[in-house]
Amino acid sequence: MKEKSKFSVDSKGFYGEYGGAFIPELLYPNVKELEENYLHIMKEEQFQKDFLALLKDYVGRPTPLYFAKRLSSKYGCKIYLKREDLNHTGAHKVNNTIGQILVAQKLGKKRIIAETGAGQHGVATATACALMGLECIVYMGEVDIARQAPNVARMKMLGAKVIAATSGSKTLKDATNEAIRDWINNPTDTYYIIGSVVGPHPYPDMVARFQSVISQEMKQQLLTQTGNELPSCIIACIGGGSNAAGAFYHFLDNEDVELVAVEASGKGIHSGESAATMVLGSDGIIHASKTKLMQTKDGQIIEPYSISAGLDYPGIGPLHAHLGESGRAKFVSATDDEALSAVRELCELEGIIPALESAHALAYLPKTSFNTNDTVVINLSGRGDKDLSTYINAFGYEQ
Amino acid sequence: MSNRIKEQFKKKSNLLSIYFTAGYPKIDDTVDIICRLEDCGVDMIEIGLPFSDPLADGPVIQNSSEVSLANGMNSELLFKQLQGIRNRVDIPLLIMGYFNPILQFGLEKFCSNCASTGIDGLIIPDLPFEIYKDKYEQIFDIHGIHNTFLITPQTSEKRIFEIDKWTTSFIYMVSTASTTGIQQNFATDTNAYFERINKLNLDSPALIGFGISNRATFKTACNFSQGAIIGSAFIKHLENKGINEIGSFVKNFS
Ligand SMILES: Cc1ncc(COP(=O)(O)O)c(C=O)c1O
Repeated sequence: MKEKSKFSVDSKGFYGEYGGAFIPELLYPNVKELEENYLHIMKEEQFQKDFLALLKDYVGRPTPLYFAKRLSSKYGCKIYLKREDLNHTGAHKVNNTIGQILVAQKLGKKRIIAETGAGQHGVATATACALMGLECIVYMGEVDIARQAPNVARMKMLGAKVIAATSGSKTLKDATNEAIRDWINNPTDTYYIIGSVVGPHPYPDMVARFQSVISQEMKQQLLTQTGNELPSCIIACIGGGSNAAGAFYHFLDNEDVELVAVEASGKGIHSGESAATMVLGSDGIIHASKTKLMQTKDGQIIEPYSISAGLDYPGIGPLHAHLGESGRAKFVSATDDEALSAVRELCELEGIIPALESAHALAYLPKTSFNTNDTVVINLSGRGDKDLSTYINAFGYEQ
Repeated sequence: MSNRIKEQFKKKSNLLSIYFTAGYPKIDDTVDIICRLEDCGVDMIEIGLPFSDPLADGPVIQNSSEVSLANGMNSELLFKQLQGIRNRVDIPLLIMGYFNPILQFGLEKFCSNCASTGIDGLIIPDLPFEIYKDKYEQIFDIHGIHNTFLITPQTSEKRIFEIDKWTTSFIYMVSTASTTGIQQNFATDTNAYFERINKLNLDSPALIGFGISNRATFKTACNFSQGAIIGSAFIKHLENKGINEIGSFVKNFS
């Protein structure tokens, strides 16, 4: 993407009318410090060198762009999978934590905090902290701790301290609240690694930049493999929106490339148990960002639901609110059942067990139709290991 | 337009300002608590509008907010409860609440309702000074509602002077870098911070809040500012003793 795109954040931290930093004064010095430094830190030659070397040798990038032959023939188009599932720690989340841990080091911070829902971002943060020898504290909702035990164990093995968020609904949004409160209480030595393109400016922009390596590689790989760096369509699932932001980033200004964001509609959009923020949400402020969020008419935040713990966030990043409102990206949704069918299909046709989150992106395929010559890239944001107990239940593999 | 907040600072020193969450412990306690506080000699009141995700608050206010929301509190009901409050209460009244519920109600309508019920000002912890100036100041001004800004031990001097310039009520001096809650004592470097701010000779009066819980912390705060704001400790008292014992709490600070 050009340095300044129609979809870049503006000088005050807004994408159109979305974004900003609606932070309490207590966070002002922290956020300001980051805002004033992130761009020039990220642009330093040494930083770029260190970041790219870690992505290559530690994370295992570039991830393959894999032509999914049998999936393609089923859906009558050319389908490519961007294999973020092959990253170290099993998802795209690590692209961001490696980037932010380097920023934290540059800022001289000694103590790292993070929030996590399913535990993927928590694991990726714990990994980065172990790598750099920094103290790591991960906030996780009490409810999520109970349902994501393997990831809690992983974080502990990696040396992180996992603190249960016991306030509110005891899930991701509350873990985020607790992380923000921790940051308020530790204003000088602590760095907060946010896990998606959410939170106050400059986080959405910074996280999108770190994840943009996905679309950067995609472009080169498409050119090599198809002779054209532009696909017809890119499909990504969307919780907070970081894998989607990364997959869309370098194509935002190529309006011929259709961008499809798939939200989780849980048990059905209007079932009352859903996480389809773009459809059910309205403008407001969540975690210091003006964006779309699920809320009551009184402005209280609603707890969303999805079978996939990584998608049940009641907001979306401000970039996506802007992409959705401006019509640049198309927002669709997939239910729990549709996602589970997509998991099975990818296992059977391609021998890949996807994460539940990523399966929502795959679940868009049966809902649309492409031309035979269309090149469709699906961002396979993560692998299914963490979801095995859900799959065992859903597919009846228990004894 | 007369400014009830500024007038109060002219009349009184060592102001005691109390925060409580509207609709807590019971939904209909709001007005009763306000009247009792004034009768006991409290100088100013912050009426808390509850929010599901109060980022800057510790466990006590998180809990009172949760209870109040479960009781059914919202902006519309709060203004209904406050109707006619100016027939009974003279001290300055402010509403303290997070920005999202206010935005959903409509900031314009919120301010206009404040004006018509006799609410003097707002404290919105997650509406930063810059965004207020850029986008919302006019709405406050049209309705004569005073906005109040926070400063913390980390706020730069330059920023404090800037905030001072835009303040038409008072400066809310957060005692320590922390979420709201109860502290037995101030940290050792807190006095140095209070002293530093005191020496700036700001135009606006200042009240110290966050962590004021007993006579000692209140007195210390008063040595360096025009008074103090007590929140969590009062809510804890309500939780333990109920609203009939408000007098015994307030007496600690006179
Ligand atoms: C594999 C995977 N994909 C997607 C997500 C959703 O996050 P985002 O929308 O920020 O990519 C998560 C979050 O935990 C995840 O683990």
